[in-house]
Amino acid sequence: MSGVRLLVGTRKGAFILASDGKRERWDISGPHFAGWELYHLKGSPADPNRLYASQSSGWFGQQIQRSNDGGKTWEPVGNKFAYLGVPGTHQWYDGTPHPWEFKRVWHLEPSLTDPDTVYAGVEDAALFRSTDGGQTWLELPELRGVKGHLWQPGAGGLGLHTIVLDPSHPDRIFIAISAAGVFRSDDAGQTWRPMNRGLKSPNELPDPDAEVGHCVHRIAMHSARPSVLFMQKHWDVMRSDDAGESWREVSGNLPTDFGFPIGVHAHQPDTIYVVPIKSDSEHYPPDGKLRVYRSRTGGNEWEALTHGLPQRDCYVNVLRDAMAVDSLDSCGLYFGTTGGQVYGSADAGDRWAPIVRDLPAVLSVEVQTLP
Amino acid sequence: MIRVVLPAHLRTLAGVEGEVKLPVEGPVTQRAVLDALEARYPMLRGTIRDHLTHRRRPFVRFFACKQDLSHEPPDAPLPDAVATAAEPFLIVGAMAGG
Repeated sequence: MSGVRLLVGTRKGAFILASDGKRERWDISGPHFAGWELYHLKGSPADPNRLYASQSSGWFGQQIQRSNDGGKTWEPVGNKFAYLGVPGTHQWYDGTPHPWEFKRVWHLEPSLTDPDTVYAGVEDAALFRSTDGGQTWLELPELRGVKGHLWQPGAGGLGLHTIVLDPSHPDRIFIAISAAGVFRSDDAGQTWRPMNRGLKSPNELPDPDAEVGHCVHRIAMHSARPSVLFMQKHWDVMRSDDAGESWREVSGNLPTDFGFPIGVHAHQPDTIYVVPIKSDSEHYPPDGKLRVYRSRTGGNEWEALTHGLPQRDCYVNVLRDAMAVDSLDSCGLYFGTTGGQVYGSADAGDRWAPIVRDLPAVLSVEVQTLP
Repeated sequence: MIRVVLPAHLRTLAGVEGEVKLPVEGPVTQRAVLDALEARYPMLRGTIRDHLTHRRRPFVRFFACKQDLSHEPPDAPLPDAVATAAEPFLIVGAMAGG
């Protein structure tokens, strides 16, 4: 029987939550890498037993872990992330030049076709690629040449947090950086262009329409319609119908258009999900009500999904990598909170239930749909 | 042989229990000990000192013989008691937090 496996990264380790296709009963294993921060774990679409994990610590730095058996056992692989050439500077919070310094891997994105190829988005923002299963990493340095000297960290750091691979154009890669924006390569990372036309940041940038500098929180794509992208920006939910060439706002009737994650239904390319958060200084749901919002029209018209979610006194956050969508016939949706809860819905968000309530703060949630 | 005590997280990462015993050729210095340690356990590269600069990570400390040797030059000789394995070389995660 088919099933799902959730890969949950937290402030103090990783957890793997597994269930059959009903998604009612869950086996929970972990903590893996107890005591370390797990910013992100993700499985290879080409080999679901091949997993990659970003493990880091303020004391001992960055590790990359790899599993070949679906997370039962792990082995450390390469952790040397060296910027190519003289890395130069980006802007610091006060506007002064600041040298590029590697801090951690925020996001790992395995290739759609090759289990040994994986991309890593890092802080300070850069993109690395490994073609030997994570043993060695090589930067794709042209990205930082796209006005990298003007990029400035958001409050959480200058992180490259989103990597989206286009299944219909094998050489096309989208990435997003806080706070620089969206960039696209059509030649497997050799050259890049900023893709931020239509984004507006009147409260964050002196030029609200700047080519770079926007605080993009997450972008999402449906694999069957890769020219359409959805974005949760610092403020504003946005949509592009031309592979990022231009964006328009689709926040519509959301109670607030601030938030972090955004997801797309596995079988309905115009059904999208966000978790509205009150504001950039109040990182919790409005009115203490944890609500996922769903649009069946690709934005603008949103409905609150509340069944099974706390509707009073809830002041958690849902981080950008902490929502995932499975591809079972009845699409499942999952998210984790900074309060340590992981919620799941087996019916596209209509009804929710906690899978686990008391983990460390959740940093990321990915789901694998297993045969 | 040099005796090295790793912090718990690095013991787990390296897959070792208890002290590590390492042969070190030539003068026994921080650099020589760490070179030998990383040669035996490559997964520890980058966890104690930077990959490129080989500078000690900020929240890692080196203790031996009741002394803090963290700020000693990497090529300074370690105490005789470490060189003769009478005392271990301690690699410590610095106190952090409140």
